[in-house]
Amino acid sequence: MGGWFDNIPPPGRPKAGAAKLPEATCSVAEHPPPTSPGRGMGGRPIMMHTLKRPDFDVIAGWMKAGESVLDLGCGAGDLLRLLTERGLRGWGVERDPGLALAAVENGVNVIQSNLEVGLAGFEDHAFDHVVLSRTLQTVRHTQQILAEMLRVGREAVISFPNFAYWKNRMAVLNGRMPVSDDLPYQWYDTPNVRFFTMLDFESLCDAMGIVIRERMVLDDKGMTVDEEANFLGSLAVYRLASA
Amino acid sequence: MSEHGSIGPVAAQHLAFAEPITLAAGVTLPAWELAYETYGTLNAARSNAVLICHALSGHHHVAGYYADDPKNVGWWDNLIGPGKPLDTNRFFVVGVNNLGGCHGSTGPSSINPASGEPWGADFPVVTVGDWVRAQAKLADALGIAAWAAVIGGSLGGMQALQWTIDQPERIRHALVIAAAPRLTAENIAFNDVARQAIITDPEFHGGNFYRHKVRPTRGLRLARMLGHITYLSDDQMAEKFGRKRRPSAGSYGFGVEFEIESYLRYQGDKFAGWFDANTYLLMTKALDYFDPAESCDGNLAAALAGAHAKFLVVAFTTDWRFSPARSREIVNALVKNKHDVSYIEITSPHGHDAFLMDDHYYHAVLAAYLRNIET
Repeated sequence: MGGWFDNIPPPGRPKAGAAKLPEATCSVAEHPPPTSPGRGMGGRPIMMHTLKRPDFDVIAGWMKAGESVLDLGCGAGDLLRLLTERGLRGWGVERDPGLALAAVENGVNVIQSNLEVGLAGFEDHAFDHVVLSRTLQTVRHTQQILAEMLRVGREAVISFPNFAYWKNRMAVLNGRMPVSDDLPYQWYDTPNVRFFTMLDFESLCDAMGIVIRERMVLDDKGMTVDEEANFLGSLAVYRLASA
Repeated sequence: MSEHGSIGPVAAQHLAFAEPITLAAGVTLPAWELAYETYGTLNAARSNAVLICHALSGHHHVAGYYADDPKNVGWWDNLIGPGKPLDTNRFFVVGVNNLGGCHGSTGPSSINPASGEPWGADFPVVTVGDWVRAQAKLADALGIAAWAAVIGGSLGGMQALQWTIDQPERIRHALVIAAAPRLTAENIAFNDVARQAIITDPEFHGGNFYRHKVRPTRGLRLARMLGHITYLSDDQMAEKFGRKRRPSAGSYGFGVEFEIESYLRYQGDKFAGWFDANTYLLMTKALDYFDPAESCDGNLAAALAGAHAKFLVVAFTTDWRFSPARSREIVNALVKNKHDVSYIEITSPHGHDAFLMDDHYYHAVLAAYLRNIET
């Protein structure tokens, strides 16, 4: 077990040295951060206009007009709507009939399908970006979905609740499973089937040869976290590519 | 009679085209006619027109009823009318009977001007592409430069798909429901058994039964019984009929004993009483020939590359005649082209026929999609 203050290596650095670098940061030299007005700097709030989904602005900030995006588990299509309004071409995959209907109502492209099998029909690198927003923890076949995302997309964008966030740790120390805005379920009704931390996720990326191009970590108020990310971060957003 | 939700009494119209049309089979019809109905009002910009394409046994009477025959309600009346998913308060809806049909458009039972007799066996085989060209002529006549949407289920969905390929500038949205990009060998096989039932009926007379004043009802009945089995689902049949027997049925014989036998025979008799056998042959052949990817070496994405429409593709879980996997082929080809497409898979027990049913979720999806279409 690591200590409470797990040090997360900065993403995008060479593998060998990365694990030993002490400080946690979201900046990446070879991929300078975009200048989207929605993107917050350390400690400042990400713009909250996007349906209280600060990760949406992070995700949108990593994409450009004219690019194509596939949003897995797109829900009612709110992110797709935001992205199409910003000039991207988007398609969503959603299994739930009620949410797929809501996405049709929302006027976005939605493909009703189980995402764990639904990607098979798409061509290699069919999309510039493939997004999995707050959904990875609900997917049983984690490695397959990551590999499929980077097969059909040039880049993958993944956000997930960080189970090592200090409030989650406190909950467990106090003898209860964590419940929060980022983990809004009781243990008996949660769709989550995989429980992992940022450290765990980055180890898996390393093992799978997945490059972390950018990382943005948010606390439970939607503020960016620059230090001690695995401790202070409630929601992590990663921009990934194949090695 | 309550008028709520119904377009009310409607009347069929007929339009005669003096301009010859040359069909894919190489035959030219010197003059031809289409039967159609319209519901709602074409707006000043002529931008709210929706075409409904019919399936194998359909026709132009899509919604409303006839004043002199109020029980004759249009075949998609549950979808179309004021306040319904396809809202006639917003849209101008056109139903058409296709060439080769038997409900008023030029077909095998029409008089061939060259002989003064019904066309019969001489009526050319028609294709989905021929229908789209004929429908485009109707659009011209109605002053419709582009359809807000073309909608169809089954063979009707194939026409909507063909529109996006053949007339990409004249269709803004395609609603392709319970369709497939081409038939499988199994599907063609079902169609051929149906055709053989008709063709081998002694009263078919090589397709010229009209001059003998008879109809090949036995063959047509068998064709419909076979078809009907493929339009239902195993689950639905089990639930509706199971192994239930007729109370009056005898046993150890070949009479009508099981309820499913009774149901199929009733459906077969009903259909054979009014449908034209030659039209049935033509419609099944149009299904068999439909393959827009054929000219692109089987590459459906290449065939759809020039489409400009936005798509809604809908499939039904228990439809084994045109399964969801076939609709997914269309969706994948559209996504490959970066076309706008939504795909909804409806959980339904009703098999292929589900596209005609009044299912709450299905209609909610169509209503939601149609509401977003600008007029």
